[in-house]
Amino acid sequence: MSTLDSFRVATRAWLEANCPASMRTPMPEDERVWGGRQPSFKNPESKIWFERMVSRGWTVPTWPTAWGGGGLTTDEAQILNDEMTRLNCRTPLFGFGISMLGPVLLKYGTEAQKAEHLPPIARGEIRWCQGYSEPNAGSDLANLQTKAENRGDHFLVNGQKIWTSYAHLADWIFCLVRTDSAKHRGISFLLFDMRTAGVKTRPIALISGASVFCETFFDNVRVPTRNLVGQLNNGWQIAKELLQHERGMISQIGRAIGGTVPPVEVVAKQYLGDATGKISDPVLRDAVARQVMNDRAFELTIRRAGQESAAGAADGGASSMFKYYGTEQNKKKFELILKCAGTQALGWTGPDFTPDELTLCRTWLRSKGNSIEGGTSEIQLNVIAKRVLGLPD
Amino acid sequence: MGLVLNEEQRMLQRSAQEFFSARQPLKALRTLRDNQDATGFDRELWRAMAELGWAGILIPEAYGGAAFGYQGLGLILEEAGRSLAASPLISTALLGGPLILSAGSEAQKHAWLGAVAAGERVVALALDERSRHAPTSIATRAKSQGSGYVLKGSKVMVLDGHVADQLLVVARTSGADDAAQGLTIFVVDATARGITRTRLTLVDSRNAANVAFDNVEVAATAVLGMPDSGYAALAPVLDGARVGLAAEMLGSGLEAFERTLNYLKLRVQFGVPIGSFQALKHRAALMYCEIELTRSVVLEALTALDEQRGDVPQLASLAKAKACEMLELVSSEAIQLFGGIGMTDEEEIGFFIKRARVAQQTFGDAVFHRDRYATSMGF
Repeated sequence: MSTLDSFRVATRAWLEANCPASMRTPMPEDERVWGGRQPSFKNPESKIWFERMVSRGWTVPTWPTAWGGGGLTTDEAQILNDEMTRLNCRTPLFGFGISMLGPVLLKYGTEAQKAEHLPPIARGEIRWCQGYSEPNAGSDLANLQTKAENRGDHFLVNGQKIWTSYAHLADWIFCLVRTDSAKHRGISFLLFDMRTAGVKTRPIALISGASVFCETFFDNVRVPTRNLVGQLNNGWQIAKELLQHERGMISQIGRAIGGTVPPVEVVAKQYLGDATGKISDPVLRDAVARQVMNDRAFELTIRRAGQESAAGAADGGASSMFKYYGTEQNKKKFELILKCAGTQALGWTGPDFTPDELTLCRTWLRSKGNSIEGGTSEIQLNVIAKRVLGLPD
Repeated sequence: MGLVLNEEQRMLQRSAQEFFSARQPLKALRTLRDNQDATGFDRELWRAMAELGWAGILIPEAYGGAAFGYQGLGLILEEAGRSLAASPLISTALLGGPLILSAGSEAQKHAWLGAVAAGERVVALALDERSRHAPTSIATRAKSQGSGYVLKGSKVMVLDGHVADQLLVVARTSGADDAAQGLTIFVVDATARGITRTRLTLVDSRNAANVAFDNVEVAATAVLGMPDSGYAALAPVLDGARVGLAAEMLGSGLEAFERTLNYLKLRVQFGVPIGSFQALKHRAALMYCEIELTRSVVLEALTALDEQRGDVPQLASLAKAKACEMLELVSSEAIQLFGGIGMTDEEEIGFFIKRARVAQQTFGDAVFHRDRYATSMGF
């Protein structure tokens, strides 16, 4: 048996022995574990599962063990992922520290920064938020105006961020700030504690009824100089790399938030009927087929990109393609579900709708943000046109 | 899992690239069309392809083939698709040979496959009877007579039917006109008495014929494999053909896309290359995504064929449907983005949309395969 085969056998056995029963069921959004200084475990088994995975370093399987990771190779991490998918294991810990900041710190962080920040991320002790967008810096992110004055041993930060996901629940922020007037070469990447004096957050009510995005205000916030990541004025490079990780994460969002929403063909059968074994409405059946076939094609493309990247043939535009296609596909899925379920998917509250139907309506509205956050679909298409296709500016 | 090419496959790809770009560029198809060539392809080049092992690429070495599998053939077809090369690759290498291999007796395999692999015989499948693909809707009848059979009926869109040496005729020996059961495959000499072949002149300048069978007498030995159960042998070969054609369509889509991209970079209006306009950039980026997705499903389906996996029918429909959708988009957008010059016969881009629509209809279009995929998924 090859090393990888025995890794698979051992991993499967460990997961079967250690993943609690309820952690193998679809995850309602409110049972997600985000960690942080005040962690919340709505389902007690999620705490057990979280702690067991932390003990293996499998909240961040490919990070070095020295930083709290699992030290797995890409192949081993793929096997772990396959086996978790096979058992329907829930992701034990979510967080922007894992998906976005960590990879950047591994590359650009000083040893001291890695030691200070990576293990708490891996162990789910610190919850991070992302300070990128500003009222006048959305798609034109590099237009950001939040200022950080260099005062020798610290930066003095003043300005405002917006769409800061979960800022009101976060412990620390990684933040793009202006340290020079040059548009792209005047941006720096800072880390600071959200408890620092002068930091204020205000949640924004969204069309879906949720308030996960915030306005975040900085009023003379003092940030120690050692919390600068990379070189002064070189933050744009880091920001762009981090965006690639973010896009990769959002493109998978259909899977992550699809937890309590059944597959589109199941919804179609449920609401339209399937007396002959086929979805009764032939037009919607064709649309459902197109949707699930494109989903499958997209999954295969992600897998191919993974193999190409392992073989050293990575495509620089891949994350933009995945972000674009995954989010557009997710939006189409919800529109199709709405068509199949009719007015039963349009309830806002009340006993005339099942909890699943009410969730469906709000998840549909939430999905509209997928193609805006982390760089709009239009920006992704611009990136593909420029970096992959070489079309002129 | 063969979503990434290995070294051997890369070499095959390179030799196919060189062959088609040097010996069968797109202008060769134009010449065949303009000369109203009686054969419709270059027999000399088909022999050269056979020498490279491509005619028998799916045939085991024991029967004289090169046994390089569907993944190998897919690479060749992709390159053929780039130059829209006319040859019996689809009729004979992808369908005829493999069907004899799948359905035939040992004696039949030894009798035919060597000649197929050597490029000495063109073997065409006579299956469809309607203008839309319907592989079990067969009204052509084979009635027992004496020790043999008599064939009566008519077939449409027989690829390379006008020059085929042998026809593999799917005829009904029992059952209702749309049943999968009761079909029998016959190997029939294309010049047998009672056969009328009418060459079709199609928009893509490629080769097909309608074939009528008016009481054609054949011997019992003409039955390929077992009577009444021909569809079981045909189905996997037909799926292989759908995937192979999807690979060809991927190549055509790539080539049309790259030519369009190049035009966007060169064509200047308002003092700038038109490729700098965001409206056109976005359309190009969308096409790129569709091509990437098509490549993934084609590679997965080719791999599944070589591994003889159970999900071949599903993946064949996925690959063909996706290739149809992608190529319809890319070939249409290509004309629009080339503008007026794209409407001229002189500019080669028009050849792609013509070939695209024929390839889309061949062996089932996107609608056919979405329906088939949905059925296989239980909805």
